[in-house]
Amino acid sequence: MATGTETTTRARLRWGLLDVLVVVFALVPVLWIASLSFKTPATITDGNFIPQEWTLDNYRTIFDTDQFVRALINSIGIALIATLIAVVLGAMAAYAISRLDFPGKGLLVGVSLLIAMFPQVSLVSPLFEIERQLGLFDTWPGLILPYITFALPLAIYTLSAFFKQIPWDLEKAAKMDGATQGQAFRRVIAPLAAPGLFTTAILVFIFCWNDFLFAISLTSTERSRTVPAALSFFTGASQFEDPTGAICAAAVVITVPIILFVLFFQRRIVSGLTSGAVKG
Amino acid sequence: MADIVLDKVSKKFPDGTVAVQDVDLEIADGEFVILVGPSGCGKSTTLNMIAGLEDISSGELRIGGQRVNDKAPRDRDIAMVFQSYALYPNMTVRENMAFPLRLAKLDKETINSKVDEAAKVLELTSLLDRKPANLSGGQRQRVAMGRAIVRQPKAFLMDEPLSNLDAKLRVQMRTVVSRLQKQLGTTTVYVTHDQTEAMTLGDRVVIMRGGAVQQVGPPQELYDHPRNLFVAGFIGSPSMNFLHAAVQDGSLRTALGDVPLGDRIRRELEAADAPRELILGIRPEHFEDAELVDEDTRRRGLEFEAPVEIVESMGSDKYVYFTVEGERASAAELEELAADAGASDFSGAGSNLVTRLSAESAVAEGQSRRVWFNLEKIHLFDPTNGRNLTLHEGRAAGALAD
Ligand SMILES: Nc1ncnc2c1ncn2[C@@H]1O[C@H](COP(=O)(O)OP(=O)(O)O)[C@@H](O)[C@H]1O
Ligand SMILES: [Mg+2]
Repeated sequence: MATGTETTTRARLRWGLLDVLVVVFALVPVLWIASLSFKTPATITDGNFIPQEWTLDNYRTIFDTDQFVRALINSIGIALIATLIAVVLGAMAAYAISRLDFPGKGLLVGVSLLIAMFPQVSLVSPLFEIERQLGLFDTWPGLILPYITFALPLAIYTLSAFFKQIPWDLEKAAKMDGATQGQAFRRVIAPLAAPGLFTTAILVFIFCWNDFLFAISLTSTERSRTVPAALSFFTGASQFEDPTGAICAAAVVITVPIILFVLFFQRRIVSGLTSGAVKG
Repeated sequence: MADIVLDKVSKKFPDGTVAVQDVDLEIADGEFVILVGPSGCGKSTTLNMIAGLEDISSGELRIGGQRVNDKAPRDRDIAMVFQSYALYPNMTVRENMAFPLRLAKLDKETINSKVDEAAKVLELTSLLDRKPANLSGGQRQRVAMGRAIVRQPKAFLMDEPLSNLDAKLRVQMRTVVSRLQKQLGTTTVYVTHDQTEAMTLGDRVVIMRGGAVQQVGPPQELYDHPRNLFVAGFIGSPSMNFLHAAVQDGSLRTALGDVPLGDRIRRELEAADAPRELILGIRPEHFEDAELVDEDTRRRGLEFEAPVEIVESMGSDKYVYFTVEGERASAAELEELAADAGASDFSGAGSNLVTRLSAESAVAEGQSRRVWFNLEKIHLFDPTNGRNLTLHEGRAAGALAD
């Protein structure tokens, strides 16, 4: 008995250490960026983890420049629109896939899987050419379209896992109880699918929000440049200032919403991601 | 309340499966009808067609005299209880039961009073604010029933509503269903694959096999006068014994001895196309320990001697299992029934006999015993088409009938 508890304590210690290591490895860069964003230009290279002189100047700077505010608006707008469209289309496709047997169903699922697997880098040049020809280059739709394309497989997969969990019988029961097809969907299926829709929306939003590759390749001006792309063009308050502090502040600003999102809806997301795999 | 009429109703699925074939059935107003048969025989499909959840491929369905083939489920005013109960997990028991009433746009007070009333009938009052996830299987089942009865529909359809309950609860709920149906007097179609449920619940039982109706009638009639081998083997527990019988010189050679034949059967067997081999069927209760049979009764039957294999004493009587030598009865129906019962791999060469003898019988395992059986109660089946040859104008007359 004594040896038993001893081994579990030791095992727990070992796992605890490993966990700490992983967390530190993942968090230190984030904390470092946060720390840099609070430093003054003079102390930014001093190598101290904790800023010697705290300042909010970097934040003031980025919100004063049009560059960043404009990029933030682009980011939010593009990600929201792409998410909305992807979730609505994905919900319809997923509902059909989980409920109906139609010719070409296997093909549809296969193609969407293929798109999800496709290396995005290899599509950047053709997309660039196509969008320039069509006049979509450096516009919101020019980013929204590829985002929807790559987010749809993700949306279809998570959502069809959700719809498959909702028993067919519920819909039949609703119809027997006097509901129309629409009422059955709105009053029985939709409330049950809500967590799934929500999870999917968050995942798609994060995917759009974080994208750098398309954002840098398919935009050229502030008109449609999103924050991840805008960061690389950052110049500070004046041309001659070192922009490191400002870049860090901007990075923190776009990271914080995601962290809050995930912390806040963590349980939802996790249950959403696993509910397709594990019954119950 | 309404009668339900199925007129040559068939169902062919897009993949070519014919699940239901020319079903004719008239269900009277207020009647309790059971659809029973092995799994896959088309019971659920039939029920779903009545409900409107499946399209009818051909034939006509009338409810209350009106053709409803093309009506949506909600326009048929029928309630259904599903095997899975299909309770809405996001709603409380009260909301579940109120759902059909809210869709019917009744006012709040009426809804509440109707739900309370139904809850009282089913003893659900204390559970009204719970979610289905926090209910036991039996309680969920009752909520599903409650949701069906609350809006007083024209008919109830139930698809194996008790099969997810454990054996004890199932027996208990059986009486609840039965009492409820009598109390409400609503036309009910009830699907089950359990012949005991079918025998105990319904006014009339419809036995289905491979999408076709085999026989329709009150339970006792199906038990006493089965029209064919399938019905005979499906109804009854333990089921009827089947033995191979060869027609020879106006009598039957069987493993239990030579069975004499009455004039009527003999005439029938003299026809040119009559079968030369038959299947003899006899129910366990038509055997008796030969020592306990009086002279009068003895003359109406035959005796044989066989080694006793197993004795199960039930208190009121004894189930005694014998093995008899001779060819095993074989027919497509019997194989199907055995497969459905999960006993497709019989072992041994001879046939097994199940008999129900009086409790006073001194029978013991391992010894040989003389057993009498009643010739007036045996059935003879044509193995090629399963027809019951002893049936005369719908009555089984035994082997000796003139
Ligand atoms: N949607 C469907 N498509 C094709 N065949 C089906 C479908 N639903 C049921 N079947 C077939 O129809 C037959 C009857 O099914 P069902 O009515 O569910 O049987 P039961 O309820 O008596 O067990 C079965 O052979 C089944 O495989
Ligand atoms: Mg079924």
